[in-house]
This record gives sequence, C-alpha cells and structure tokens, in this order.
Amino acid sequence: MSNVDLARWQFAITTVYHFLFVPITIGLSAIVAWYHTRYVRRKNPDDMRLAKFFGKLFVINFALGLVTGIVQEFQFGMNWSDYSRFVGDIFGAPLAFEALLAFFLESTFLGLWIFGWGRIPEKLHAATMWIVHIGTVLSAYFILAANSFMQNPVGFRFNEVTGRAEMADFIAVLTNKVQLVTFPHVIFSSYMVGGAVVMGVAIYRMLKADPPADQGMWRHAARAGAVVTLVASLGVVVSGDIQGKIMTEVQPMKMAAAEALYETQTRAPFSVLSIGTLDGSEATEIISIPGLLSWLGTGDWDAEIQGINDLRRVYAEEYGGDPDSIVFDTTYTPFIPLTYWSFRFMMGLGFVAMAASAAVLWATRSGRFLSDRKWMWVAILTPLAPLFANSFGWIFTEVGRQPWIVHELMTVQSGVSPSVSAAEVLISMIVYTLVYAILAVVEVKLFITYTRKGAEPYEDDETSASDDDTLAFAY
Amino acid sequence: MDLATFWFILIGVLWIGFLALEGFDFGVGMLLPVLGKEGGLSGDPAVTPAEAEKRRRVLLTTIGPHWDGNEVWLLTAGGATFAAFPHWYATMFSAFYLPLLILLVALIVRNMGFEYRHKRDNDTWRRNWDLSIIAGSFVAPLLVGVALTNVVRGLPLELPAGAPAGASEFTGTLFTLLNPMSLLGGLVIVGLSLTHGAFFTALKTDGSIRAEAREVGTKVGVVTALLAVILLLWLGVTQGTVWSWITTALAAVSLLAGIWFNTQGSEGKAFAATMVTTAMAVATYFLVLFPNVMPSTTNPDWSLTIENAASSPLTLKIMTGAALVFTPIVLAYTAWTYWIFRKRLTTAHIPAPVKVP
Repeated sequence: MSNVDLARWQFAITTVYHFLFVPITIGLSAIVAWYHTRYVRRKNPDDMRLAKFFGKLFVINFALGLVTGIVQEFQFGMNWSDYSRFVGDIFGAPLAFEALLAFFLESTFLGLWIFGWGRIPEKLHAATMWIVHIGTVLSAYFILAANSFMQNPVGFRFNEVTGRAEMADFIAVLTNKVQLVTFPHVIFSSYMVGGAVVMGVAIYRMLKADPPADQGMWRHAARAGAVVTLVASLGVVVSGDIQGKIMTEVQPMKMAAAEALYETQTRAPFSVLSIGTLDGSEATEIISIPGLLSWLGTGDWDAEIQGINDLRRVYAEEYGGDPDSIVFDTTYTPFIPLTYWSFRFMMGLGFVAMAASAAVLWATRSGRFLSDRKWMWVAILTPLAPLFANSFGWIFTEVGRQPWIVHELMTVQSGVSPSVSAAEVLISMIVYTLVYAILAVVEVKLFITYTRKGAEPYEDDETSASDDDTLAFAY
Repeated sequence: MDLATFWFILIGVLWIGFLALEGFDFGVGMLLPVLGKEGGLSGDPAVTPAEAEKRRRVLLTTIGPHWDGNEVWLLTAGGATFAAFPHWYATMFSAFYLPLLILLVALIVRNMGFEYRHKRDNDTWRRNWDLSIIAGSFVAPLLVGVALTNVVRGLPLELPAGAPAGASEFTGTLFTLLNPMSLLGGLVIVGLSLTHGAFFTALKTDGSIRAEAREVGTKVGVVTALLAVILLLWLGVTQGTVWSWITTALAAVSLLAGIWFNTQGSEGKAFAATMVTTAMAVATYFLVLFPNVMPSTTNPDWSLTIENAASSPLTLKIMTGAALVFTPIVLAYTAWTYWIFRKRLTTAHIPAPVKVP
C-alpha cells in the first residue's frame, strides 16, 4: 500500500474510533447535568444517585474520547502536511478556536465536577456539568465548521503567490450552509446516542430488579432516555432531509453515490435493498421506490438527479487535464458499494433506535414496568444502533467526498505528507490500532462492570465539608 | 510589531503555559515511585504498603482537578501554530513523526491512568496504571524537550523546487533528531518538570510527604540547574543574542532562588520561582529562534521564518481578536479552580477505595 492509502486507513480508523466516544460524551453530559440539576431543585435522592451513576459511566467514556481527540489534532500535520499547508489559513482557525473556547471549558469544569463535591455550592456544582456540555457542543461546532469547509469550501480565495487557499470571510466559513445543517444533524444524533445509552442501561437495571425499591428510579431513567432518543431522532430526520437537499446541490456526486445511480434520470428511484455489481457498472434493485431519490435530493418526485457516469465525465473535462495538478484524479468517483451501504445502514440503524425508544415509552406507559426478559435485547442493542449509525454517517459523508480532500480544490492524493514514508505511516497505524484495541477492551469491561454494579446508595456529598474530613472523591 | 511576530510571541506564551502547568503534573507523575513507595524516600517504617498507596493517591489527587486543563495548553499551542503558521505546523509535525507518535502514546496511557486507576480496587490494575502514569510522565516531557531543542538548533530542511517559501520539508531521519544537544534539552525539561513537581507537591500536601518532597526538590533542582546551565551556555555560545543571554541569566537565577526558597520552607515562592525558570527557558529558546521559526541547516534561505510561515493578515487578525478576548477568561477560571482546590492534602483525607474488585 502507498503512504496515501495507509494515511487514509489511519485517518479512517482513528476517526471512527474517536467518534464512538464523542456522541456519548455530548449526549450523556446533558442527561447527567439534567439529573444533577433536578436533584438540586427537588432534593429527590434518586436524582442524585442517577446523576452520580451515569456520571461515572460518562467519565469512563470521556477519558477515551479525550485521548483519541489529541491524536486527531496532531494527525493533520503528521500525515497530511501538504493539506495543512494548503488550507491551514482557513482550517487552522476553527481548530485553535476549539482548543481555546471548548477544550479548556470541558477539561477545567469536568475537573470541578469530579472533585467538587462539598467544595463548591451545590447549584454551582450542577452548573459545572452544564458547562462541560456546552464545551462539548462548542467543540462540535468548530470541528464541524472545519469539516464543512472540506465538503463545501466557502469564504476563501486562492492566493497565486503563496499557492494556498486563504481566508476571505471567517463568518462565511462558520455559517457555511453545509455546516448549518450538519451541526444540528450531528448534535441530534449524539442526543440519540446519549438517550439510548441511558435507556439501555436503565432497562438492564430494571430487569435485574435490584432492589425492588429502585424500580421506579430506573423506570424514570429509561423513560427519560427514551424521550431524548425519540425527540432527537425527529431532529435527525428533519436535519438529515435538509442535508440531503443541500448535498444534491453542492456535492451531486455524493448523492448519486448514495444510491449508486449511474445514469442521470428524472423520477430517480431509491432502492431499499439491492445487489450491486462491485465494479460499479450497475445495480440490481430488489425493492425500489420510484421517485424517492429525486424527492430526497430536491423535494420534487419528478426532478432530475445527475448520475455518476455523467458527473465523472464533467469532472474529467474540468479538472483532469494535468496529471501533476492537485485537482487531478483518474476516476473522480467514490467507492460506490461503501457509500451505498453506509447510507442505508445509517438510516436503518437510526430508525431502529427510533422505533425501540417509542416501544419502550409505550411499554412503560402509565406506571408500567418492564419485566419480560426479551427487553434485555432492547437494552443491549438499542444503544449500539444509533452509535453505529453515527459511524456509518461519517463513513458515508467522508467516502462520498472522494477523491477530494477539499471538494473541487484538492485531492486526497495531493494532501499527504511528502516527507513521511509509507513505513512510518504503517508503524503508527499499527501502534494506534493496538493501543486503541487494548483500551477498547478495558473501557468496555469497565463500563459493563459499573453498569452491573448499579447506583450507589444515596449520600449527601453536596453539603460543604470541613477541611479535616476525608474527601468525598479522590483519585 | 506586526501580527505575525505577535503570534510568534503568543505561541511562546502557550508553550510556557503548557510547561509551567503540565510540567508540574509530569513531575508529580514521575514522583509516584519516589515518594509513593513503601518506606517513602528514606525507609520510614511508618510508610507501610497501605500508607504508600495512600501517598500515591494523595499525589495523584493534588493534580486530579488540574492535569486535563493543563494539557489543553499543548493542544492550544498545536492549534494556534496550525492557524497562525500553517507551514510551521506542517513541517514540524511531519518532521517529528515518530517522536510525536511516542509522545501521543505516552499522553494516552498516562491520561487513561489518571481516570481509570481508582475505578477498581485491585493491586494489579493499580500497578499497571501506575506504570503507565510514570512512564508517560517521563517520556512526554523528554520528547517535548527533544523536539523544541531540535526546532531551535535547526534541522535539515529542503525547499522542493517550485514550492513557495515556507514549504520546506524535513530531509533527515529519526537519528537526525537524536543529537546530543536535543537529548540534553529533553533531560533538562524532564529535570525541570521533576523539580517543579516536587515543589508543587510540597506546596499542596502536608505531613511527612511534604518534607520528603522538599528534600527531593532540592536534590533534583541542583542536578537540573547544572544540566540547564550547560544547555543554555551551549545554545548561547552557538546561537545566542544579547536578549537570550538576559533570559538565560534570569532562568539560572530563578532556578537557584527556587532551590533556596525550597530549603527555607517558602514553598509558594519556590514553586513560583520554577514557573519563572520555565518561562525564561522557553523565552530563551524563542529569542534564539527569532526571526526564524524553523531554521534550515541545509541552506539558510530555506528556513521557515515568521514571515514566510505565517497565515494571511486576515486570519491573524481574527485569531488575535479571539486570543485577546478568551485567554483572560480561560486564565480567570483556571486560576479560580486552583483557588477552589487550594487545601493541602494528607493521607488522612484519602477515602476508602471504590468497592469494585
């Protein structure tokens, strides 16, 4: 494999892995903050027990999100130095903003939340977790603004002298139309995951029925998680719908790749299931809904959707003249089976989570509890569905952008570090993969251990401690 | 002063923030096997294995609320370099490929150790995370020191034909980076972190651990002072300017003052003095570097300079606005958390371990 292929694999592995922890962090921080606040207002011990219980799961997860995030920031310079040179003037600013505005906030206030028991007033203590949540959302905003620039470069001008893209309008970069719809889509997806984790864990505890007096507490958490997932899933659907229409406009190849639509056509169908030929010449549809792709892409069932073959011809004519240029590629086509299936898995898994949360709300209506062991499957699988839907969404949107690293400005091929050898990239990829695999095992085991352990009995740690008391929490 | 020069200074300030803050938590991590072993520093029978474990928990808890925020200074230095000097970021991060990989792994295992060590009451579990904290806390400052010294000393950089100024690429290997001066630079940063961490421990704990931290602080302080003087003289003789000699002198004086305060039991002053030492050492590096950001030993014309590596004026203006507004806010709430957790800790403060086998 060339260093380009290796660097791409490395980015894919480290990013997909990182983004398993990110949506849980975003979603769970809000729910922990909400239970903590609820306790402060009503003094119901169960709320504090839930805040602490889910808070521990949150920290177990946050630690991995944090360390894998550092790798992301370094990776642009390490593996993609020519990309960094070309877009650093625009792309670097949101990353610096992310560190200055979001990372300091998250890390400092999480430290206050973890160690703050009895050290700061209880209202302020609950607020620290809200601030952590705000930090995670701000962080998402800036990094998605950077990503949206890669999907739809705006607010820049090309400088002939320096040979790079330079900032022309920072507000335009931050309010890129792709960004304005991607940000809510990602945040709602994260709330889906956070809600589903809370719901799944709470159902598990309910089915364990220990002790019976806690059933009401777990039922509350299961329903709260289900409501978050269900409401957020509506947000995901609406934002995803708008996103599809913007994508059709700014990245028509990605929309064609989502359906493996080779020939331009009106009333383009959307196949729910199909067997495609992997070489990409055509797809044999099994279940197909006429006009649905046209509707997804434009809102009109009869609209024309451009096909891969036509788009490829247009790209080759416009950019394919000079093999040495940073816009040259031989195919101008993403890897279609991957875009086709990741798009369907994203939607399918999202709808599974939506249906499961609705089912849980129905089954627990007016004071009902869950006791049938069959719900254990829902408890275990529902958190994974929106989590992997997030992964597939990212795989779809990044693979669908290929061969571009910055849409229509620079190819992935041209962005790689020229001074780094394939062997070096391979070494680092092996090291990351091994370290990440070990940490994944440790993390999941710890997460399960703490889930099995359940919520601690109530203790009032918020009343301020004297200097001689043992600490409510220490490392 | 133009904005690019302002950002050159600001990136120096970010490195100072990182080394002055994360420096002490690196030091505390390295002190785990020194102050947290059975018998303590000098075979005190009162420090039983159980007491030693409590000591380790005291050490880790002193930095518990702070290490994560401290590390963000490194991320901000990285992000700011990317935004303000894209060529600097690109050339440096691709040149230091394998050292950065090791640095990242060191930070990963160390951070996981902080968050996971206390999550189970199991000796093997704790010992493994202790090892990762100790190794990570040693390797990270070592590599940061090696990398920064290499930047200042100069590297074989070559400007590819037809590339714009600033786009020079590293042409050396891993062994180019392992030169004597840079290795010494790594050891100095390790020693400085260790001294700084010992002074921090003395400031934040009480009882026998406090006394032992002071004892360690003086010893490693003297060794660090010797190594630092050799490094800074070496750097000064080969590349120094008047200004860098002034900061070199200030670094030396503040470190000696820190050791003196430490022996006198003025722990706050000793800690403040090593902060000044860190600041002056980084200032010396940046003054030697100026007006380059990465000098080329192959051909001076191929050096990355403040001018040719910088972003466009608009980007620098936006970044300056953000830095002027948000840095004071960050400093304010960071200072506030240090105030909240100002209390000295002893082994008596340490609660029972979590009931998870």
